[in-house]
Amino acid sequence: MQKYDVIIIGAGPAGLAAAIYTSRAALSTLVVDESSAGGQVKTTYHVANYPGFVEPIAGHELAGNMREQAEKYGTKFKLAADVTALHLSDQEKWAELDNEDKYTAEFVIIATGSSPRLLNIPGEKDYKGSGVSYCATCDGEFYKDKDIFVIGGGNSAMEESLLLLQFVKSITVIHQFDKLQAEKITADKVTTNPKVDILWSHEPRAFYKKENKMVVEAENLKTHKRIRLERDGIFIFVGLVPNSAFLKNVPIQLTKYGYIITGPQMETNIRGVYAAGDVRDKRHRQITIAVGDGTTAALEVIKHNLN
Amino acid sequence: MLQTNLEHIESEEQLKELIENNEKVAVCCGRMGPMCIPVYDIFEILQGNYPDIQFRDMDFDIPSAAIIKGLPECQKFFGLPFTIYYRNGKVVKATSSIQSAKEVKIVIDEVFA
Repeated sequence: MQKYDVIIIGAGPAGLAAAIYTSRAALSTLVVDESSAGGQVKTTYHVANYPGFVEPIAGHELAGNMREQAEKYGTKFKLAADVTALHLSDQEKWAELDNEDKYTAEFVIIATGSSPRLLNIPGEKDYKGSGVSYCATCDGEFYKDKDIFVIGGGNSAMEESLLLLQFVKSITVIHQFDKLQAEKITADKVTTNPKVDILWSHEPRAFYKKENKMVVEAENLKTHKRIRLERDGIFIFVGLVPNSAFLKNVPIQLTKYGYIITGPQMETNIRGVYAAGDVRDKRHRQITIAVGDGTTAALEVIKHNLN
Repeated sequence: MLQTNLEHIESEEQLKELIENNEKVAVCCGRMGPMCIPVYDIFEILQGNYPDIQFRDMDFDIPSAAIIKGLPECQKFFGLPFTIYYRNGKVVKATSSIQSAKEVKIVIDEVFA
């Protein structure tokens, strides 16, 4: 078992900010992530609201800088590595990666962030990239002059719809409520566009293909009647979920939605275990806030290590 | 031009030569977009773990990318990136859209074992 002072699970802005602080404080620091470093920031085209950058910076560049900064101070990384076993208690903390190596530490910071929510209905995974998409800027042009569905009615669904309207012939928005949750200014731009119609109070139950068309089987949530509609493609934007499933066998307190409950210093109910960033239960989720969370958690670790 | 640390494929000839001279080749063809960058990053990490596999990327918008876009396996793809796995010069797997590290490792273990 390899020993570190701190293990940080998650290499997004919260985890990397924490790593910069703990490494600079000469604590041996291991950052683990099931993917590459950067979290959701690396998949953001431009970041315009991160202080210190007068002009917007590419998300992957900002993420790369954060990783490089942490490495410069001695942080070690295990990337594209799954946490296959995890033990967190007041007395002992260890993580097993990829069913092989085990790592232990006195302190653990969980900063696994959140991911786009999947609908988890039949056909969704089968047609990812061949009829089902999650990114308007990436895949919109494949649907030039075509008819598509957008699933969702929040900010991301409406913002992505505005992008898609530059390409497509029509959008049918499928939304589970009878009112959009998006900010009014964005929602109005979408709903007043003649290329858009909305199927209210419906939820998709299955996707399948009929020749070259994608078929959505949708249920009316008021009458429970199901209908089938055909379009050329489906774009899904139904919010985010915390990446906390790997904690299912750990006695850490979560909200009913899976977010980690912390105190103001990012402490969880387990001594020496902290949570930071989007995986933590809080009202606002921004890069700057994640960085602040990571910094707070790291400073707490540094303080308790000195004690 | 893709801003990655992978070696780039910039011509059809380069790709042909690569797959002719290497048993195992993986090529991620995309842009610097949200669905593509994670896959390039995963390739960068995995190339250290799988030295027998040649990991490359290719800009989706250069004319030579027609060699990828024209593959029969890609004709029903509507999501970037297009990721192609070649073994002994032949396509053995092709995926479309973002893939997690776990998904890429499953494909590698399946087609390059």
